Amino acid sequence: MGKEGVIYRVAGPVVTAVGISPRMYDVILVGKEQLMGEVIKIVGDKTIVQVYEDTSGVRPGEKVVDTGQPLVAELGPGLLSSVYDGIQRPLPVLRDRMGDFIERGVSAPGLDRSLKWPFTPVVKKGDTVAEGQVIGTVPERAITHKVMVPPGIGGKVDMIKEGEFTVDEVVAVIGGKEVRMMQKWPVRRGRPFARKMAPEEPLITGQRVLDTLFPLTKGGTGAIPGGFGTGKTVTQQQLAKWSDAEIVVYIGCGERGNEMTEVLTSFPELTDPKTGKPLMNRTVLIANTSNMPVAAREASVYTGMTIAEYFRDMGLNVSLMADSTSRWAEAMREISSRLEEMPGEEGYPAYLSARLSEFYERAGRVVSLSGETGSISVVGAVSPPGGDLSEPVTQGTLRIVRVFWALDTKLRERRHFPAINWLTSYSLYSGQLDGWYRQNVAEDFPALRNWAIGLLQKEAELQEIVQLVGSDALPDEQKLTLEISRMVREIFLQQNAYHPVDTYSPMSRQYTFLKLINRFATNAAKAVENEVPVETIANMELRNRLAKSKFEENIEEELKAIAETMDKEFEALGGK
Amino acid sequence: MTSKEYRSITQIAGPLVFVERTEPVGYNELAMVALPDGSERMGQVLDSSDEIVVIQMFEGTTGIPKTAGVKFLGETMKMPVSRDMLGRILSGSGKPLDGGPAIVPEDRLEIIGAAINPWARDNPQEFIQTGISTIDGMNTLVRGQKLPIFSASGLPHNEIALQIARQAKVLSGAEDFAVVFAAMGITNEEAQYFMRDFERTGALKRAVVFLNLADDPAIERIITPKLALTTAEYLAFTLDMHVLVILTDLTNYCEALRQIGAAREEVPGRRGYPGYMYTDLASIYERAGRIKGKKGSITQIPILSMPGDDITHPIPDLTGYITEGQIVAKRELVRAGIYPPIDVGSSLSRLMNEGIGKGRTREDHKAVSDQCYAAYAEGRDLRGLVAIVGKEALSERDRKFLEFADEFERRLVQQGREEDRSIETTLDLMWELLASLDERQLTRIDRKYIEKYHPKYRKKE
Repeated sequence: MGKEGVIYRVAGPVVTAVGISPRMYDVILVGKEQLMGEVIKIVGDKTIVQVYEDTSGVRPGEKVVDTGQPLVAELGPGLLSSVYDGIQRPLPVLRDRMGDFIERGVSAPGLDRSLKWPFTPVVKKGDTVAEGQVIGTVPERAITHKVMVPPGIGGKVDMIKEGEFTVDEVVAVIGGKEVRMMQKWPVRRGRPFARKMAPEEPLITGQRVLDTLFPLTKGGTGAIPGGFGTGKTVTQQQLAKWSDAEIVVYIGCGERGNEMTEVLTSFPELTDPKTGKPLMNRTVLIANTSNMPVAAREASVYTGMTIAEYFRDMGLNVSLMADSTSRWAEAMREISSRLEEMPGEEGYPAYLSARLSEFYERAGRVVSLSGETGSISVVGAVSPPGGDLSEPVTQGTLRIVRVFWALDTKLRERRHFPAINWLTSYSLYSGQLDGWYRQNVAEDFPALRNWAIGLLQKEAELQEIVQLVGSDALPDEQKLTLEISRMVREIFLQQNAYHPVDTYSPMSRQYTFLKLINRFATNAAKAVENEVPVETIANMELRNRLAKSKFEENIEEELKAIAETMDKEFEALGGK
Repeated sequence: MTSKEYRSITQIAGPLVFVERTEPVGYNELAMVALPDGSERMGQVLDSSDEIVVIQMFEGTTGIPKTAGVKFLGETMKMPVSRDMLGRILSGSGKPLDGGPAIVPEDRLEIIGAAINPWARDNPQEFIQTGISTIDGMNTLVRGQKLPIFSASGLPHNEIALQIARQAKVLSGAEDFAVVFAAMGITNEEAQYFMRDFERTGALKRAVVFLNLADDPAIERIITPKLALTTAEYLAFTLDMHVLVILTDLTNYCEALRQIGAAREEVPGRRGYPGYMYTDLASIYERAGRIKGKKGSITQIPILSMPGDDITHPIPDLTGYITEGQIVAKRELVRAGIYPPIDVGSSLSRLMNEGIGKGRTREDHKAVSDQCYAAYAEGRDLRGLVAIVGKEALSERDRKFLEFADEFERRLVQQGREEDRSIETTLDLMWELLASLDERQLTRIDRKYIEKYHPKYRKKE
């Protein structure tokens, strides 16, 4: 391994070393305990290293080792269902080695070296293969793991084996170079692909307000900003649980330990609605809680993204959740201020928005080097200080992402969950996706959605009047508008993430709900014309039944029953 | 290592001492500065290089001359811990204040606790009954949670804290329960009040109290919560106790943090607070939790006063992003004569769903509390409307909601300082209040619970 030097200065996680001449972002092992760090600045003969672990007790004069290699992620069979820290050390292994608390100076490889995986080649000796091409497969939990030629390697297959191997055993020789099932890739660089394509299919999440009103695409980018307690994490977790991606990478970046525990305990118990297998089988978790080292927090989003790209290259749809990107930005700020860099807005480094764009640009739907289509959808939670959306991280994010789910403290206080504000949120994909919805859900789905949005908009206007004159002063027709939009809010938009039936609402059911409310509205409008009082309509048993149907176990039959009786019940109201 | 004494101080600024030409000194290690009068003061290494070492003094730099001697102890800060700390009152730096003997250590622990491996954490899910309806019924506290009280100057947060410290219990009963109480930057008068109350009610027997007073050096405040939490970790994870840690007032802690940041000439973040305040606060709050395979647990109730009643101020804001919810005290409620002045609308317990329901509190708990929330929010909105158009303009339905909000505050929020309500009492009271609304408005409650718990149906039995 590389060259050695000595420590000149230690100030928190920032260590200055002399006697080595590494490249930027190469990994340096610091001190007697060989703490891992990265080169973040080179000044004259001094190298400034950001250390991923606590540096208490580290002294000037101790040795440093230049590994000559940047921070890499290990990619190969064994990633799925893993739980890592920010620099891809498996947390269960760390616990076995050092107990319940995270001590330092322990290294643990990202992929288990002792497990053997059955490798089946799909090319044979003498074939010519290029970088990124699939040379064999390994069954791994939810997927067929494709072993690809690492970028930079290509040529004739000199040798290829079949059978059971560990990830670091040679399975092939290509163009004179040994190829293993595991490959390493520097996390700060995007993995190569053939070309990017426009997203065209929605990422179905089973969350009514998202799928119907503000859809995200496979390969799209979205942000969830919101003050504390508005439900960013619950929304992220719902996406991780229910979105119809084949792989989910969940990055807990600088968040609560207990929240990660909840993810760690609930995911293994949940089943994928599509495959019926445990959700954990398609998930990679990265947990770097707020009290774990800041530098590792900064690296965690890149580690997660690299793992996501690896699966994308196999032609899979990956969704990546980062909770929270604000904590990542803060880690950048902390490190930048320790380097005494000139700060930009609110103390964040001037390169904040560049880093944010680089990160979100790694999302997208691509044709991989092997010619397969895969995608990464990215949803970043943003935690704006004081709920103020004009702060730099939120603004930097909103300039890049195409879907904005605005969480609202007011809605939270009324226990309207998910507390996504329907007036301020947007999705720039929704027009693009109309065709898909027409084909795959129902011809009139886009029209129904627009009807709902229009109704909610109208309600907001009417509410302003009500605030001034009271609702009794409104004409019946407008009172009815308020009543119907209340139904849209309470029945359709509100969704209970903790209720076994309501937590996931398939697209067809979302359509049925909206359709029924729409039919109710049409019937009610007729009734009002016939001088039936709005209050009578609001108090109809049918309305109540519709409201409660979403919690019924036999929901489909219940909805059918409601549809069948609706016209009759309205007739029974009589009127003029 | 401890033998050498340096007399090469080059600069003293605020709480910082700069020393030249030393042996290699470890980051975060302790240093001892010897004053000419023979006294000694402790400090900690903040920055160490071949040329200069920066020491942050715990007890201030008043009276330190350039000629003072500096020794490096070669180890990071550790504190003695022992079972006998229960029942003791200690200073902010861990020295006995109650005239009792020094602590005979059973162990010496690093005060900067390592992070709990997320994989080793266990889900918090046992209900802690505080006897306060707004917490138990509406914002339930569970073991292993960190749930702060956001208060403001002039509000009775200290009384609430003491009431919780006295009444807190786990329903399953006979397990070891301890309270670690750390006060930072409080006045002498407040300290007296705390000590008296702890002694009067007998709560001291199961408590360890740390008191850092307003006139103690600000820098000491930085260590006080760390000492308290180190003690708590020892009690919880070595001695298997369930520990409730009450920290008050975190605002003073953050002020001290800012003071040191300024002295170190760091680039300030929002409102002059250091950019790493989030991480620093996290290193305190995240020391709550449960660990798989261990009996004990640490639950935290940090208390902070929001400067200018502003919840978006960096201190409550960053706290809210780390803790699992918040209990918010509101001045309007104090003015209306309501104790405890807890504003249910802006309060939240994120772990509530884990700790309530069948087998923990009662099966109808979630539904009832959701319904109360919604109804109370609606009623409060209507108050604004009434101010403009008058009560007469409201519909019958709206009037009922308005009355509900008033009754909710008068009967559920309001309770006595010594009143210890069981969870059953609280839930039944919530049902009683909801009974004033039309049954059809109870959209968030399953039919089966209405039939079982609604007073109307219960009386028929």
